[in-house]
Amino acid sequence: MAELSKLTIAEARDKMRAGEVTSLEVTQDCIDAIETADVLNAYSTKTFDAARAQASAADTRIAKGDAPDLCGIPLGIKDLFCTKGVASQAASNILDGFKPEYESTITQGLWDRGAVMLGKMNMDEFAMGSSNETSVYGPVVSPWRRAGSTKELTPGGSSGGSAASVAADLALGALGTDTGGSIRQPAAFTGIVGIKPTYGRCSRWGVVAFASSLDQAGPMTKSVRDAAILLEAMCGHDPKDSTSADLAVPNFEAALSGDIKGKKIGIPKEYRLDGMPDEIEKLWAEGRDMLRDAGAEIVDISLPHTKYALPAYYVIAPAEASSNLARYDGVRYGRRAQLQDGDGIDEMYSRTRAQGFGHEVQRRVMIGTYVLSAGFYDAYYRRAQRVRTLIKQDFEQVFQAGIDAILTPTTPSAAFGLGEMADVDPVQMYLNDVFTVTVNLAGLPGISVPTGLDKDGLPLGLQLIGRPWEEADLLNSAYALESAAGFVSKPDRWW
Amino acid sequence: MSIDKDTARRVAHLARIEVPEAELETLAGELSNILGFMEQLNEVDVEGVTPMTSVTPMELKRRADVVTDGGYADKILSNAPDSREGFFAVPKVVE
Repeated sequence: MAELSKLTIAEARDKMRAGEVTSLEVTQDCIDAIETADVLNAYSTKTFDAARAQASAADTRIAKGDAPDLCGIPLGIKDLFCTKGVASQAASNILDGFKPEYESTITQGLWDRGAVMLGKMNMDEFAMGSSNETSVYGPVVSPWRRAGSTKELTPGGSSGGSAASVAADLALGALGTDTGGSIRQPAAFTGIVGIKPTYGRCSRWGVVAFASSLDQAGPMTKSVRDAAILLEAMCGHDPKDSTSADLAVPNFEAALSGDIKGKKIGIPKEYRLDGMPDEIEKLWAEGRDMLRDAGAEIVDISLPHTKYALPAYYVIAPAEASSNLARYDGVRYGRRAQLQDGDGIDEMYSRTRAQGFGHEVQRRVMIGTYVLSAGFYDAYYRRAQRVRTLIKQDFEQVFQAGIDAILTPTTPSAAFGLGEMADVDPVQMYLNDVFTVTVNLAGLPGISVPTGLDKDGLPLGLQLIGRPWEEADLLNSAYALESAAGFVSKPDRWW
Repeated sequence: MSIDKDTARRVAHLARIEVPEAELETLAGELSNILGFMEQLNEVDVEGVTPMTSVTPMELKRRADVVTDGGYADKILSNAPDSREGFFAVPKVVE
């Protein structure tokens, strides 16, 4: 196997344009890498024949000189995206056999630019999970292991297949989605970059809905530069998504100067949790120093309602999910339960949903149903929406005070072992999202950058949170952090 | 707020998810636990705070009220578990 799957998107683009490599060579190298990595369970569907055809077409296009940045770049696509004629199952049994007759707006934009799809990527069922263990395909195994251990670790979730693939060089980049941290947490756990853009930057059309006021797609890549390149291709107004913003999309890559002199970086005191591991504290302090050394001004700030973000999120997200997932009724697509003689339509609905949804999805749908039900709507859902307003106002106030970006840890710990969280109560698992959900609730852009390793040699990430619509500036701050951190570690190949 | 077995049964019915009688007690416990976590929200003074209903302040766009799409029932039905003569088929609804 050559080393071509290890290239970044930017490197591959430049080499293809220079005629040093072809897309077909890079694509085939990724395919070879994927074929020897089945143990990671990162891909749920492989589309290698189509990938080779796309690569050949891209090579023709590159030879003609008509080559957008992503032309010929092999990517992995989270199973949450609808891809025409290719299984799109959201890692759920209830969508077993579903092959969309249409293509999501985001993926169509990638193929129009000449990008290559290697396949669909494993994830938590309906993006509900933080460890990729709720998937009907089984968990993704992280390419990372603790030093001296063979214990299988989670790559994080819900975009676990995307994260593992990029970390293990099974794709040059991947698409993820992020409702409460599902891009940033797995990016942090696997030592890669992941950005969730401002709510409304990317069209949600054709992306299986979890919680519509929180869901955003974004890139997961090997570098901040790659994130800028891939994000730009994903953004833009889409008449099919009424919440997509009709705003010009900047050239994000051109914004990467690395110059952050005079930028004000806020450090929120509420993100310092009781019992947070020293290593996370240290990582955060190092990040502050790096940005200060790069010329930024570090400012202590307060986001007083931070503590309430997680409970508000776990009212709002399940409420929206219970509504969105009502469409899975065994009538229009996917799987219908086997019915007995005498069973009517009610049995068809309830048995189909009992057999089709996994445990965590059922639990969230029922919680959502409860908080929206008559008599409880005001006490839970409406209250949570009001708390959401306060959380958003916290951010607005610090941005109004001149803060350009906010630095926090991405996760409260490094990756944990598969199965380790099986016996703890669900709320413990939800705590994984404690630093990331605030960003979704406020609709802001957030990026995770790998900046260090823990004592066991596992990657840790820092999160930068930006002003709405200012992804270009945020990416540039992330670029400065990435340059200063100089994180180059890769998992030792054991698979 | 604690959820009892009857409430769990009612929620499962509202959500159209079949839950065996023997599992209702466990389910009630799980749901109660999660709701207990949400109780923290009661500490927040939300008096006079407008609930957030739109993430970014924007007017929803309108489009002309004309047919722009459609005419492909076969594609719509292609993923149906059961379809007949151009329709979705379900168990008998009306006696």
